Amino acid sequence: MEQELLEIKEPTPLQETWYNLKKNKGAMTGLVIIVLFVLMAIFAPLLAPHDPVEQVIELRKTPPFTGGYILGTDDLGRDMLSRLIYGARISMSIGVVSVGISLVLGLIIGVVSAYFGGILDKIIMRIIDIMLAFPYILLTIVIVAILGPSLVNAMVAIGISQVPRYARLVRASVLAEKENDYVLAERALGAGNMELMFKTILPNCLSATIVQSTLGVGEAILSSAGLSFLGLGAQPPTPEWGLMIASSKEFITNAWWIVTLPGIAILLAVLGFNLLGDGLRDILDPKMRS
Amino acid sequence: MLKHIFKRLLLLIPTLFGVITLVFFMIALAPGDPARVMLGERANAQQLEQLREELGLDKPLIQQYGLYLSRIVRLDLGKSITSGQQIKDEISERFPATIELAIWAMIFASTIGIIVGVTSARKRNSWIDYTAMGGSLVGVSMPVFWLGLVLIMIFSVWLDLLPTGGRMNVRYYFQPITNFYILDGIILWIREGNSQYLVSAFQHLILPTIALGTIPLAIIARTTRSSMLEVLQQDYIKTARSAGIKERRVVFRYALKNALLPVITIIGLQFGLLLSGAILTETVFSWPGIGKWIYVAIGARDYPAVQGGIIFISVFFVLINLVVDILYSVINPKIRMQ
Repeated sequence: MEQELLEIKEPTPLQETWYNLKKNKGAMTGLVIIVLFVLMAIFAPLLAPHDPVEQVIELRKTPPFTGGYILGTDDLGRDMLSRLIYGARISMSIGVVSVGISLVLGLIIGVVSAYFGGILDKIIMRIIDIMLAFPYILLTIVIVAILGPSLVNAMVAIGISQVPRYARLVRASVLAEKENDYVLAERALGAGNMELMFKTILPNCLSATIVQSTLGVGEAILSSAGLSFLGLGAQPPTPEWGLMIASSKEFITNAWWIVTLPGIAILLAVLGFNLLGDGLRDILDPKMRS
Repeated sequence: MLKHIFKRLLLLIPTLFGVITLVFFMIALAPGDPARVMLGERANAQQLEQLREELGLDKPLIQQYGLYLSRIVRLDLGKSITSGQQIKDEISERFPATIELAIWAMIFASTIGIIVGVTSARKRNSWIDYTAMGGSLVGVSMPVFWLGLVLIMIFSVWLDLLPTGGRMNVRYYFQPITNFYILDGIILWIREGNSQYLVSAFQHLILPTIALGTIPLAIIARTTRSSMLEVLQQDYIKTARSAGIKERRVVFRYALKNALLPVITIIGLQFGLLLSGAILTETVFSWPGIGKWIYVAIGARDYPAVQGGIIFISVFFVLINLVVDILYSVINPKIRMQ
C-alpha cells in the first residue's frame, strides 16, 4: 500500500478518501470497531472458549467472571461470550447480505430508470413511491410473515424493503451525471447502452451510495435483531443477538447479563457503521464539502 | 395554497390505491394455503372448504381483489379469524393506546431534542456538543426493544419505581372513557376527585415513552443542531449580532424560527415511523396497542387481521406525511412557489 503511494503522484479518489478518512477521528473509531467485529466473525471458532450451542444444565445462569465463564452463561447454561462471538458472524453476514441485495437491485433499477427515462422511469418511480409510503419496518415484517420466519428470509426482507431508497438515490445521481460531456463523448465513440450505464456513468455516482450502504449495514443489523426479537428472524438455538435478547425476557429479574450483553454487542456494531457512515458522508458528500 | 393542497390530495389517491394493492397481492400470493395455515394440519377437507369460501379464497384472484377493494372503500376490513370480531372494531379499540404513546414519545423527543440541538449548536465543538452528539449517535444505534428491557430491569425490577407494562394498575376498577388514559385520568380526577387513575396512567407511560422516543430524540437533536448551525451563519444573523442585539435574543428569536423548519418535517416523518416502531415497544411493555395486536395476529397467522392492520397503519402513515407536507408549505412559502 505504502509502496504504491510513493509511486503514484496524483492520488486516486480512493486514496484521497482514505487520506481524509484518516483525519476523521469518528470515522476511524468506527472503522476500528467494524474491523474488530469482522475479525471476531471470521475467527469465531478460534476465539470462542466454548461451543456456542452446548448446554451445561448444571451451570445455568452463571454470573460473569465465575467458573471460567468470563461473561457468564445463559438460561440453558450456554457460554455467553462464545454466543456473542458467534453472533458477530450472523449479524455481519446479515448486514452484508441484505445491503448487498438492496444495493444490486437498487443500482440496476436506479440506473436503468434514470438512463432511459420516459414512461419506464415514471412507472418505476410510482412503484417506488408506493413502497416508500410504507413504514419500512412494517414492510419488512409483512415480507417475512409471508415468506415464513427464518434468518435467510429476514435478510431477503430487509434487503428488498430498502431497495427503493437505493434506487432513488442512484437515480438522482445518474440524472445529474448523464448529460455530462464525457458521457456524450463515450457515446459518440460508439459505446453501447450497457457500457454507458454501468461502466461510464455508474462509477461517478457511487459516493452517495457508499455512504448509504455503510449506514445501511448498521440499520440492517438493527432490523434483523428486531425481527428475531419478534420471532420472525433467526430461530433457536442460533446465537443471534436479537434472539438472545428475546429469550432473556423472563430473566430480567435475576440475570442481568443475559439481557444486557447482547444489546451492547448490537449497539457497538451498529455504532461502528454509523460512525464510519457519518464520517464518509462528511468526506464524500459534495453538499457537505465546504 | 389551496391549489397545492388540492393537488396533494389528488396525488394521495393513486398512492393509497397502490398501498392497498401491494398489501393485498403480497398476502394473497404468499406461498401455502391460508386456510390450511389458519386451521392447522388436523383440519378436514370440509372445514378447509368452508373457510376458503368464507374468505372468498375459492374465487379467482382478480375477483378477490375486486371484492377486497370494494369492501375497503366501504371501510370494511373484514373479520379477524382468531376472534371473529370486525377488524375495524378491533383496530379502533386499540388505536388510541398506540396514538397516546406515540404522542407522548414525540413530545418527549421534540422538546428534549430541540433543546439539546440548540445548545449543541450554540456551544459548537465544546464538550457539551461532543457529549450530546455522541449520545445521539448511541441513541440511533440502540435496539429499541433492548432499551425497553433495560429500562424495565433498572426502574421496575431493581428500583421498583415504575410498572413493568400495561397501561393502568389492574387492581383499579377503571372504565375507559375516551381510551386516551391520561385524558380519562384527568376527566375522572375532575369528576370524582380521585387522581389515582391519572397517576397510574402517567406511571405506566414513562418507560415506554422513553424507549419509543429515544431514536426520534437523537434524530431531532442532530437535525436541529445542523440546521441551527446553518442559520447562525446567515447574513441576517450577522446583521442582528452586529446591531448589538443580545446573543440569547438572536438565537431564540431570530435563528430558531428558521432553524426549526427542517426539524418540523423530521418530527412529522418520525411520528409516522413511531407507529411502526411501536410494534417492538408495545410488545416489550405489553402495551395493548395496534402494534402488539399485529404482532399477535402474525403469530396466529390471522391473515385478514395482518392485512387490515398493515393497511391501516400505512394509510395513516401516508396521511401524516401529507399533513406534514401541507403544514410545511404553510410555514415555508418557498415550497409553494415550486
